[in-house]
Amino acid sequence: MSPGLRNRNVIKKKKDVLVLRAKILDLIRLFFKEREFIEVETPFILPYIIPEAYIDPIKTEVGYLHTSPELCMKMLLGLGCNNIFQICKCFRKGERSKIHLPEFTMLEWYHVGIDYNKLMEECELLIRNICYKLFNKEKINYQGNEVDLATPWNRISLTNAFEKYANISLYEAVDKGIFEEILVYKVEPKLGFKQPVFVKDYPASMAALAKLQDHNPNIAERFELYICGLEIANGYTELTDMAEMKKRWETENQKRTQMGKCVYPFPNGYKINIPDCSGVALGIDRLIMLFSDKDRIDSVVSMLSEDI
Amino acid sequence: MYTASDLRKGLKIVIDNEPYIIIDFQFSKPGKGQALYRCKLRNMITGVIVDKTYRSIDTFQPADLEERKMQFLYKQDDQYCFMDMETYEQVFLNEDQVGDAKNFLTDNLEVEVLFFEGKPIGINLPNFVDLKVIKSDPWVKGDSVSSNTKPVTLETGYIIRVPTFIEEGEKIRVDTRTGEYVTRIKE
Repeated sequence: MSPGLRNRNVIKKKKDVLVLRAKILDLIRLFFKEREFIEVETPFILPYIIPEAYIDPIKTEVGYLHTSPELCMKMLLGLGCNNIFQICKCFRKGERSKIHLPEFTMLEWYHVGIDYNKLMEECELLIRNICYKLFNKEKINYQGNEVDLATPWNRISLTNAFEKYANISLYEAVDKGIFEEILVYKVEPKLGFKQPVFVKDYPASMAALAKLQDHNPNIAERFELYICGLEIANGYTELTDMAEMKKRWETENQKRTQMGKCVYPFPNGYKINIPDCSGVALGIDRLIMLFSDKDRIDSVVSMLSEDI
Repeated sequence: MYTASDLRKGLKIVIDNEPYIIIDFQFSKPGKGQALYRCKLRNMITGVIVDKTYRSIDTFQPADLEERKMQFLYKQDDQYCFMDMETYEQVFLNEDQVGDAKNFLTDNLEVEVLFFEGKPIGINLPNFVDLKVIKSDPWVKGDSVSSNTKPVTLETGYIIRVPTFIEEGEKIRVDTRTGEYVTRIKE
């Protein structure tokens, strides 16, 4: 069979999923528009990248492909756009697995005047609403697990998640340099099977651009949403202190240098007046995997550049 | 030199001076965390399978492997002699290195000898070989619960189960990957 014909047959099989995907995208837009969020679009090709130790952008002749719309959306927040959301492709070099695509679809939104606790509630509402509007119920069946989406969902601190599911404490794992091994092989496979779960309160060293807690600066107000072992969303109360932000970018670049990786230019001279707000990035493809009961990310996108 | 992002099923790399082939591969990465590259690897000399998890900073030497078509000449003590039919170069492998392939080796059989850094380490057989039955006891129907097959001895000494109609002196085709009977060869 010619590759073209094979692709056509694959697409035919995918039609139901693609219809569902389009519906979910509509429902996401409806949810935010009802709440008077502005849908925005920001450039994909950027001269700067928010440096992250473990995320590699794809470089083009004319700039970097963005790894998330975070930087530009924060610039818009600084310009006075309050509640904003965006659905866009993001690009990350070398990320490919059953649940990773180097080119994937992200939903990112920022809500001014709320903290990460309120933002978790907004995540709950969004996903529960989508489910209810699609299936007229609050339960999904994913790979043989019935997941109850009735709110509120569980919340567990990262420290407690390690205590509960791993035979090593979070701090010991970090000290020994095996944080990712324990998280990926021991903790994540247990998260969010009966009910979605928010893992929250990350050590300051994993704050990304989250605000540190006022009463405990060792803890960052960051959360990750897990459903059936899948990491679905990452959000936080946003850091608004520009000087601290630049320090963190420099730290990330230093970690890259130590690993022998290239460093990335960030907008050093730029001042962003970020209002008090919270923001979250949600992987649309993985969300669609959940609603369509597919175990591979390949099954929920119309096609892959590697197949064309 | 390979980096972790080159790792994939089928890649051959050197670990502790021995060649390994990746037989299973899984990429994992928490959104903001380090990528993990979990590999199941088979030692190409000993066959031992190991699990390893690598990170993006790890690097690997490609295994210097070469396959050459050679003919099996003879066995002396526990040494198996193979010859390159173009250069007439002869190499020896011991019984461990030949492994289960010894059950299917007949004189002049063409095989692929695997070289690692210039030294022979093992052989790959053709998927099918034809071998002569040298011993087959008379078979009485109902002798056993599995009365549709019987054991016979092949010219290599290998004992194999075949259909009861196979007789001494006949040739049969054997699948070297499974060690099982395929068909009777009529000459």
